[in-house]
Amino acid sequence: MKLGFLVDLNLCMGCKGCEVACKVENEVPLSSWRLRVKYIDIGTFPETTRSFTPLRCNHCENAPCERICPVSALHYLDNGIVNIDSSRCIGCAGCIMACPYGAIYMDPETNTADKCTYCAHRIESGMMPACVVACPVEANIFGDIEDETSHISRYIMEHQGGVQVRKPEKNTNPKHYYIGGGNQTLNPLAHERIEGYNLFNNITHLEHVGDPNHSILDRFIAPVFGHEKLDNKSFIDMKDNSKGEN
Amino acid sequence: MEHSTVIEATKAVVTLDVALPGIIWGWMITLNMWAKSIGTGVILVGAVLLYRHKREELNGIRWKMPLISFIFLNIFLAFTLLDLHQPLKMVNIFLYPHWTSAITVGAWMATLFTGLITIMALIGFFDAHSDIKRHSLFANLCRKMSPFYEMIFPFVVFLAIPVTLYTAIIMAESSARELWQAPTELTQMLLSAFMVGSATLILISDSWSREAKRDLALILAISIFLSFIMYMGEYFFSFKSAEAEATLEYVHSGGEYNIEFWSGMALGYIIPFFIAISNLKEENRTLIRFGALLALIGLYLAKDVWLKIPQMLPLS
Repeated sequence: MKLGFLVDLNLCMGCKGCEVACKVENEVPLSSWRLRVKYIDIGTFPETTRSFTPLRCNHCENAPCERICPVSALHYLDNGIVNIDSSRCIGCAGCIMACPYGAIYMDPETNTADKCTYCAHRIESGMMPACVVACPVEANIFGDIEDETSHISRYIMEHQGGVQVRKPEKNTNPKHYYIGGGNQTLNPLAHERIEGYNLFNNITHLEHVGDPNHSILDRFIAPVFGHEKLDNKSFIDMKDNSKGEN
Repeated sequence: MEHSTVIEATKAVVTLDVALPGIIWGWMITLNMWAKSIGTGVILVGAVLLYRHKREELNGIRWKMPLISFIFLNIFLAFTLLDLHQPLKMVNIFLYPHWTSAITVGAWMATLFTGLITIMALIGFFDAHSDIKRHSLFANLCRKMSPFYEMIFPFVVFLAIPVTLYTAIIMAESSARELWQAPTELTQMLLSAFMVGSATLILISDSWSREAKRDLALILAISIFLSFIMYMGEYFFSFKSAEAEATLEYVHSGGEYNIEFWSGMALGYIIPFFIAISNLKEENRTLIRFGALLALIGLYLAKDVWLKIPQMLPLS
């Protein structure tokens, strides 16, 4: 059994339902995403098109993140999923540096690396990943790619020649496929990022990797003594305090 | 988005996305690599000197060399630990080692290397300073172990090579960053060790023989020259992948990393090279010390740029 994922970009309408479902299911903290949908505009007005590309971990058969992880926190499951054991992670960020798809992040709450696991916990219980369930147009197709009767295998066979993976030249052998994609949607060098592409703010790059609210010293102390619990009110207080300082 | 921005008709533009991570491996990793180069470099260059010269010509090298290495290896290890987001879990590298990872292999080798260097530093120091801690059991034990120093030294020199090189393998395993994929990174690491190893020993070589000092200047000049040529080759002609090309294009276009790179090249490579060459003809202690200091600063700047620039590229 080898689980794989396929996204039919011809169907995706950019509703971000999968993104939200993933956030909720996996309790992904603010400023982090296991799955995101990127909007790309192509052409010059009025001859423009907009494409939507869901991006998540590719669960590579030859995963660079698994290879570089010094403590096997990243490991393969029998079903092909590249899983992560955050209790073992030392937070070296080697996997973030190794992943050619930028799919791994440093969780700001646990200060350990994290990523999409194809909802391994749900699959174990015989359920589909949260993003698959949430998709209103069934653009996310998930299943066993070694089983030729599975939906995903049949879909791939029906669209032979049109199935793509991201960065095939990296020889990672990803188990995440796209249909209806092109160079401009799947190749990050083929599109331009201009300041202000975010919906609610102009932040294009995160200033912090991992926990932004605690110092390096806290990293040594917190595992033993714990640290102050942060909630939404704490963030408001912090904001007010910083205003007061100014 | 500014509407006045001119966008090519065929160019795609990201109109909505999440914030991407910025620099992930920052100055602490630069400092880590720089300190490790000194820690291993003084051993490698020291071994060359001990092979070519009598120990009497190299006053105090037996204790100064491992002591300097010990200090810089500890700086390297301290910043390795500080850069971890879960530093207390570092022990997992020893409890659950994953041997395909250069981080694991490197951590084990660096720990062994630092352990051996500590023993050498203690033996060397107490041997050279027989008046210190004369009645201390520990100091006398170190003195008794004196022959052990010469026994482990060849192994330490041998181990210094992979300890120097393993960071290049980590960078090669970081397959997302094409600029680091070149095998040249391995050679650069080795040359860096010889460069800063000789530069550091120059600073403590006042009482050494003229020939030994000349050798140090020669090693500095050769390692700088080769490293500079490689940097120039990579900087101007690294068209091996679209990512590497895009990274370099970003630096070529100017900005702070362009300034930092050329400052590093001027301070750490071009100026010290000519100082070292001139010192081969006629010794000038002040000038060569100044050149050695510049080489140490310049290497930090060059490594910093090379570490950070591939991280500026969006991966998805």
